[in-house]
Amino acid sequence: MGYYGKPIVKEPVWKVPDVPGYLFLGGMAGASASMALAAQLSGRHELVRPARIAAAVGSLASVGALVHDLGRPERFLNMLRVFKVTSPLSVGSWILAPFSGLTALSATTDFSGRFRGIGTLAGAAAGVLGPAMCTYTSVLLADTAIPAWHNAYPELPFVFAGSAMTSAAGASLLASPSRPAVRLGLLGSALELTSTAAMERRVENYRSSKLLTAAKALTVAGAGLSLLRRNRPAAVLAGVSYLAAGVCTRFGVYRTGVASVTS
Amino acid sequence: MTERMGFFTDTSVCIGCKACEVACKTWNDVPADDLDLLGMSYDNTGSLNANNWRHVAFIEQTVEDNTRWLMSSDVCKHCTEAGCLDVCPTGSLFRTEFDTVVVQADICNGCGYCVPACPFGVIDRREDDGRAWKCTMCYDRIGDGLMPACATACPTESIQYGPLDELRARADERVRELHARGQADARLYGHSPEDGVGGAGAFFLLLDEPEVYGLPSNPVVTTRDLPAMWKRAGLAAVAVAAGVAASFLGRR
Repeated sequence: MGYYGKPIVKEPVWKVPDVPGYLFLGGMAGASASMALAAQLSGRHELVRPARIAAAVGSLASVGALVHDLGRPERFLNMLRVFKVTSPLSVGSWILAPFSGLTALSATTDFSGRFRGIGTLAGAAAGVLGPAMCTYTSVLLADTAIPAWHNAYPELPFVFAGSAMTSAAGASLLASPSRPAVRLGLLGSALELTSTAAMERRVENYRSSKLLTAAKALTVAGAGLSLLRRNRPAAVLAGVSYLAAGVCTRFGVYRTGVASVTS
Repeated sequence: MTERMGFFTDTSVCIGCKACEVACKTWNDVPADDLDLLGMSYDNTGSLNANNWRHVAFIEQTVEDNTRWLMSSDVCKHCTEAGCLDVCPTGSLFRTEFDTVVVQADICNGCGYCVPACPFGVIDRREDDGRAWKCTMCYDRIGDGLMPACATACPTESIQYGPLDELRARADERVRELHARGQADARLYGHSPEDGVGGAGAFFLLLDEPEVYGLPSNPVVTTRDLPAMWKRAGLAAVAVAAGVAASFLGRR
């Protein structure tokens, strides 16, 4: 059936690992920035710096991945010549550009010890933008004619939100074990696992994804290991598992979408 | 705004000569693809893409022990609700005074978002130059009162160009004529403003199901669901904020 078995919709021309990597890094950075702000406000000062570094490194790397993916990288700034709510990439660029600048500023002032006040303000602003960083990328995928992405639009933001929370918790656990990081990981795991299950119930393309199965196993492993709080190697392993789960989730969702074009 | 201009491609008189493909390439300076035999009847173009803005489809069917050839010159639909234009983050894709959809090559930064946003699989990124390309309905020609190159070259008037309202009326008349002649499978595709893209600026008279020609039977522009998507993403962002806040409450 069809025209010589050719798919109707075109496959995305986006580069791998650039774009799924950008989805992962952006989420990890977004939740980390919010974590840094919450740590500051609650007086958990030892957690601020690692979270700020995770946010800055993640967001700058995600900008790098996005620019590298463009067919005309030298025209990256053309993203900022208009603001369009009908384009999730336009909205995303207007979130990502200030967010990455603010996180870089807050991390560098933290290190240099100069202009700390400005750094705190920048960190606070980045922390407020953080949650948007975590979820706008789900709209970026869903707002296409790719069947598995478009059909998953009700659940995808929550999958990405949960995944971003566990990734940020993972980065924090790598630096130092703490109760807030453990709690954030558990909340993120619960959100990601339940929303992924809901997504798979409705959109069957995701059921056969080995990467999503791996993501679930790694999330459960990360959550379990994070409970062994006094054990430093266990906390590091939990952090690694959470981060690996985040990578698997984004690549799993990305690949499932690409495959759905030909099915 | 001038009148909305469009294409009516009447595939019942297409003879598969590909003059439209050649005229389009020549006029718009569209680069050649590698020549290849695809094993798809006489179709060695394959699909609409960055380097093919008209694509003549060839379908061989066996009807009552005879071979029936369906030929159809496909093109960008210049949708009323154009997904490519909606998702373009740079404003490179824009709507012209003729209500057509055109890419400005000097603005496009090659983000590629328009490619998976098109429900018809029309627009595409050119590999060597990194920008997105598709049919412009010969924006330069129609601005000077000329017909697009493909319609000008078409020897059978299978490709008709003109004000969309006139074309729609002419197409209705043509379908009635074919039905009266016993061609019950003649139907219009993309002519209705009630469809999932608000009606196409380039519509077709087909002699079989749209899928046979590689066209989606019920295309819907993805951005119709965008308000619901933003709402869900907003809720999910609130969940992140609440989750982070909750993690820092309670025992140190």
